[in-house]
Amino acid sequence: MVTVLDTGGVAVSASQRRWRARISRGLILWIFGFYVLAPLYAGARFALQNDNGNFSFHSVAVIPAQAGFSDAFWYSTRLALVTVIGVLVLVVPTIIYAHLRAPGVRPALEVISLLPIVFPPIVLILGFMHTAPTWLLIWPYHLAILYVVISLPFVYRSLDAGLLALDLSTLVEAGRSLGARVTTIVWRVILPNLTSALVSSVALVVALVYSEYTMASFQVTPTLPVWIAQFSMSDGHITTAAAMLSLVGAWVLLAVVLVADLGRLQWRQRRARA
Amino acid sequence: MTMTNTTGTSRDDLAPSERSGAPVALRHLRRRFATTTALDGFSLDLQPGEFVALLGPSGCGKTTALRVLAGFETPDEGSVWVDGADVTGVPAQRRDMGMVFQSYSLFPNLSAHDNVAFGLRLRKVSGSERRRRANELLELVGLAEHRSKFPHQLSGGQQQRVALARALAIEPRVLLLDEPLSALDAKVRAELRDQIRFLQRRLSITTLFVTHDQEEALSMADRVGVMYQGRAEQIAAPAELYARPETPFVAEFVGITSRVPATRRDDTHVELLGRVVPVRGHLGVSSPELEALLRPEDLTVRLAVDGPAVIVNRSFLGSTTRLEVALGSSIVKVDVAHRTSEDLPHLARVDLEVVAPDVLVSARR
Repeated sequence: MVTVLDTGGVAVSASQRRWRARISRGLILWIFGFYVLAPLYAGARFALQNDNGNFSFHSVAVIPAQAGFSDAFWYSTRLALVTVIGVLVLVVPTIIYAHLRAPGVRPALEVISLLPIVFPPIVLILGFMHTAPTWLLIWPYHLAILYVVISLPFVYRSLDAGLLALDLSTLVEAGRSLGARVTTIVWRVILPNLTSALVSSVALVVALVYSEYTMASFQVTPTLPVWIAQFSMSDGHITTAAAMLSLVGAWVLLAVVLVADLGRLQWRQRRARA
Repeated sequence: MTMTNTTGTSRDDLAPSERSGAPVALRHLRRRFATTTALDGFSLDLQPGEFVALLGPSGCGKTTALRVLAGFETPDEGSVWVDGADVTGVPAQRRDMGMVFQSYSLFPNLSAHDNVAFGLRLRKVSGSERRRRANELLELVGLAEHRSKFPHQLSGGQQQRVALARALAIEPRVLLLDEPLSALDAKVRAELRDQIRFLQRRLSITTLFVTHDQEEALSMADRVGVMYQGRAEQIAAPAELYARPETPFVAEFVGITSRVPATRRDDTHVELLGRVVPVRGHLGVSSPELEALLRPEDLTVRLAVDGPAVIVNRSFLGSTTRLEVALGSSIVKVDVAHRTSEDLPHLARVDLEVVAPDVLVSARR
């Protein structure tokens, strides 16, 4: 058996060191897991447990029948869709252009993308409502404009990391030397390689729209978080179940996109083998 | 007899090339980046089917020259001609040139097959023809069984061979190789070097190859252009470049060179190691104190008790032994046959004699 002296001068065998490493690894994972899962467990438990302490799915089953839930849910879903489209249309071409043609402006873009964190949402919504033209204010999805702004820090960072992992300029040059225009390369090469970055961006945006309360509370039409806040006065179990359900919905959406992407890659591999 | 390349592809399997490469001319190219001049009036001609290597130290402009030819850089001055047409303003995607990059640059989301077929798809080649050609090229580079793999599932050498197949799939008029072997280990590099040369000769594609590795350049190219500070110092066949360098930079950059003190005799001769030797080319230096630039095989050495030089180091190189001989403040390298070297021990006093028919000289440092 190999025995070495540890820093304290005490003899430690190799198997003891492996055992210690295993314990520290397990401890770290347990702490992390507990920190992430404990609030979810508490929420789920509160949602599924009635006042007598029994567990049932009653709170979940009755959600669709609650007054205003359906309208709020679908309105938030449409808002999420408009926000996702808006933020991707704004950020994807900008960031690809910056990486490819103007790397010098990247630090400035990074700072700009961080600015929304500095402004409290209340300031953004009040400023917007006092300065936006009427035609924009009567557009039912004008909140999406602000959501695009506040989701910029997450989306920019996620896509920036995705692009940094690619040798973008060489890939573009390789594509051009084969006869492709830059738009073709972006569509066929760059975007497929950004799938995971795009999926995480979309997930973050959807999660943000389904949870943002401050700005949404100024709207005539209630969004899901506003409905949850209002309804929680009458039944906390049901509103917690609704919040948990929206979270599960976002996860399912993420899983569907990832599975579809994996399936696409496997299909390509099978086709090439054939 | 059937000849086989390094990956086992029989030369008899290959269809003869249907078209040969295009002539290329780079004319008086200038390109500046902020305060740096990358190309300073650089010119180069490539004959159809010729393999030319650009060799030089980092920052000499060789990659910029290649990128100007590829269409990725626009020259500030000068022009680029391919097949008799001025393509200086033609975008890269319409130049019909295949390019292999140092960093492989395979598309990570596509299999090896789809990478090779990418250019064919853009050219609207039918699906069956695309598959046939992609498979044929993958077979040619010895990767037929890896066609369904994605780049991350391939080794560096395999990725670079896929990149080569991808560049060749579009039947380019010109093949551009931007240090394609630099990221590979020595064994794979040697294999791929043979394979590139074999395919280039077989398909007769005009090829421009950029490298900082003189062994690669000298062993692969029909001609080698040595670049320095944005200019071509000399463009010549490898043997000529080695044997008859025209400038001190070329002499010292390509191969091994020793500087030996010499004295000006007249406009065409110098006195060197007690002998009057003709000067190669034009003696463009007015100073009487000169230095001759000599290859290790330009000198012979013999034992002499009162000789002016001392053997200070010996390196076994196989059939020859390289001696390092101290002559005054200079260290002169001399190659001798291994058997002869046994009579020339460490710290022995020796005489040096010039056997080269002429020598290149420069001002003394």
